[in-house]
Amino acid sequence: MSDARADILHRIQSRLRGGPVGEATATALGERLRAHPRSLVPARAKELDRPARITLFIAMAEEVQATVARVARAEDAPAAVARYLAERNLPARVVLTPDPRVMELPWRETALALRAGVAHDTDTAGVSGCFAAIAETGTLMLVSAPDRPTRNSFLPETHIVLLRAEDITGFYEEAWDRLRAACWTGAGFAMPRTVNFVTGPSRTGDIAQKIELGAHGPMRLHIVLIDDAAPA
Amino acid sequence: MEATSRSFPANARRALADWGLQDALHTMARQGFAVKRAQAAARLPEFETLRGLAKDMKNEVLQNLDFYLETYERAVSAAGGVVHWCRDAAEARAAVLTICRTAGARIVTKGKSMIGEEIALNEHLEAAGFEPVETDLGEYIIQIRHEPPSHIVAPAVHLSKEQVAESFRATHRDLDPDRPLSEPRQMLDEARALLRRKFLAAEVGITGANFLIAETGSSIIVTNEGNGDLTQSLPRVHIVLASIEKVVPTLEDATLLLRLLARSATGQEFSTYTTVSTGPKRADDLDGPEEYHVILLDNGRSALLGGEMQDMLRCIRCAACLNHCPVYGAIGGHAYGWVYPGPMGAVLTPTLIGVGEAGHLPNASTFCGRCESVCPMQIPLPNLMRHWREREFDARLAPAAARYGIALWSFLALHPRLYRFVAEAAARVLGWCGMKRGRFRTLPLAAGWTNVRDMPAPQGRSFMSQWAKRR
Repeated sequence: MSDARADILHRIQSRLRGGPVGEATATALGERLRAHPRSLVPARAKELDRPARITLFIAMAEEVQATVARVARAEDAPAAVARYLAERNLPARVVLTPDPRVMELPWRETALALRAGVAHDTDTAGVSGCFAAIAETGTLMLVSAPDRPTRNSFLPETHIVLLRAEDITGFYEEAWDRLRAACWTGAGFAMPRTVNFVTGPSRTGDIAQKIELGAHGPMRLHIVLIDDAAPA
Repeated sequence: MEATSRSFPANARRALADWGLQDALHTMARQGFAVKRAQAAARLPEFETLRGLAKDMKNEVLQNLDFYLETYERAVSAAGGVVHWCRDAAEARAAVLTICRTAGARIVTKGKSMIGEEIALNEHLEAAGFEPVETDLGEYIIQIRHEPPSHIVAPAVHLSKEQVAESFRATHRDLDPDRPLSEPRQMLDEARALLRRKFLAAEVGITGANFLIAETGSSIIVTNEGNGDLTQSLPRVHIVLASIEKVVPTLEDATLLLRLLARSATGQEFSTYTTVSTGPKRADDLDGPEEYHVILLDNGRSALLGGEMQDMLRCIRCAACLNHCPVYGAIGGHAYGWVYPGPMGAVLTPTLIGVGEAGHLPNASTFCGRCESVCPMQIPLPNLMRHWREREFDARLAPAAARYGIALWSFLALHPRLYRFVAEAAARVLGWCGMKRGRFRTLPLAAGWTNVRDMPAPQGRSFMSQWAKRR
């Protein structure tokens, strides 16, 4: 197989210039990779203050059938989750992502049946935290880690995400900057294994071009927005 | 898959007479992707500027493709993944089969991948004793119907809900034969339950890649169903199928393309799930695959570099060109006879299976230019089709009558005086013949036109001579 590698690279080089890229070019390209410059950012998401970011995020998320509830304090989130499930007559049990920011909340004050860990097929509702959100398109950004398994966002029919208002960024490049800062090691940027951008619940239009929700992933996406500036 | 592009004219005739297909195509034209794309593009004032920036970015990548691929490979290895370089379809299939065998796989789930179709992976997985299961709903439907996809984004767009219900009844035999299946919702629930079991049982998951990131060694998949995520996060082994031109330098560069992809494809602001994967699960992760393999396929793409066809390597497979093509809109995707239909297929297919096999496809265009006008990567599709027509002509692959006709016309076009004389004479003769009726029902050598409509008779003088007189 190493032959194939040499062969493909040789073919590319002979079509383009007859040899590897020159030293100067390689240096310039390496610089560009390290600088990772932004391209054009849509004006709708730029230079928004906090309330404007929140408003845009909610509008865009609701447009794609996510639902949003606002609470003033993180401690209020478990009750909001219980209320959401009760209002929709959904089973009163949740699997919590074992993320300390989720686990530290007063879940035991609710009547919910609780489990913490990796989601199974039998879990009806999953609760996750999230790394950031992007107002531009109403998108949640979830990042994997030992206490943040990926499948919890996909297996349960109902996915509930706790989002802190200060984690709502305007646009994608801002979210990448946050990730680069959060995953910076001595050796540079260490990309996490999985970054999930989630924009609304799962959907398909594959049968007779009719959009239906809940294709393989969650049927419902509920966002509990923790905003200390929220009206009580 | 066996290409039937050679019989494109017969395929097209069949498609035009297929009422079910015509119905689906009309639904598509009325309320489908083209309408939604126009709305999404109008909502983003920067859309046109982004197209130009995306084109420039990708051109730079192609100019230094070897550099970016080597950078990408280093990053994949650093994250614990393995890159398998494959020159052609056979090498790619062999690499996938070896990984599946080593993993002791039985069930292999698959996310949507056009490369998978290009290398006919399912057939080979089956022949080797594995059970490949397509998990994108549209791909699953065509898999159980043993059909190729008719669209690169919506593979089952040619089918009615009744046809899908029929296939579900024929395939899911352990279910109650009297169950209601009249609505898409019911069929979706049935497929969801059935495929959920496959997701959980699979040992290997295979996905495509919309983009590869050189900087981080990541692969990106974009789906609406979430099937790709279940495919790549549940099994023990994840295989990514990607062709060499999918690489972009950084996360920011991928973001530029992601702003164009969903809007151009389905008119969404952003697809439901965009997932960036980097290597296998980490030391203390609770889930994720233990192995992460990338099949990096060339299959003729490197030969397009540095030549007139290089622009095609910018393609991000959004299908906007299919959705806006009057020819695709009339005949659907199957008539094109291979994996890639529509304008992008008319350009790409001859490069992959040869102009001798697929020479009809670049001829199946009126050069109306809609494809180029909506292509997010500004690929000059009509121009590239014209290149193929020229090559077909040079290789004497076109029918003799067409070749002599074109040779005659080009001789005349290069001799303006003679051209004007012949045009004037033809206008006079035809004008005289058609004087009474003003149009022709039949004309020699023009049956292709007159079989379906009348040919208006010229008014007796050519444009050039009328113009000369007026001056």
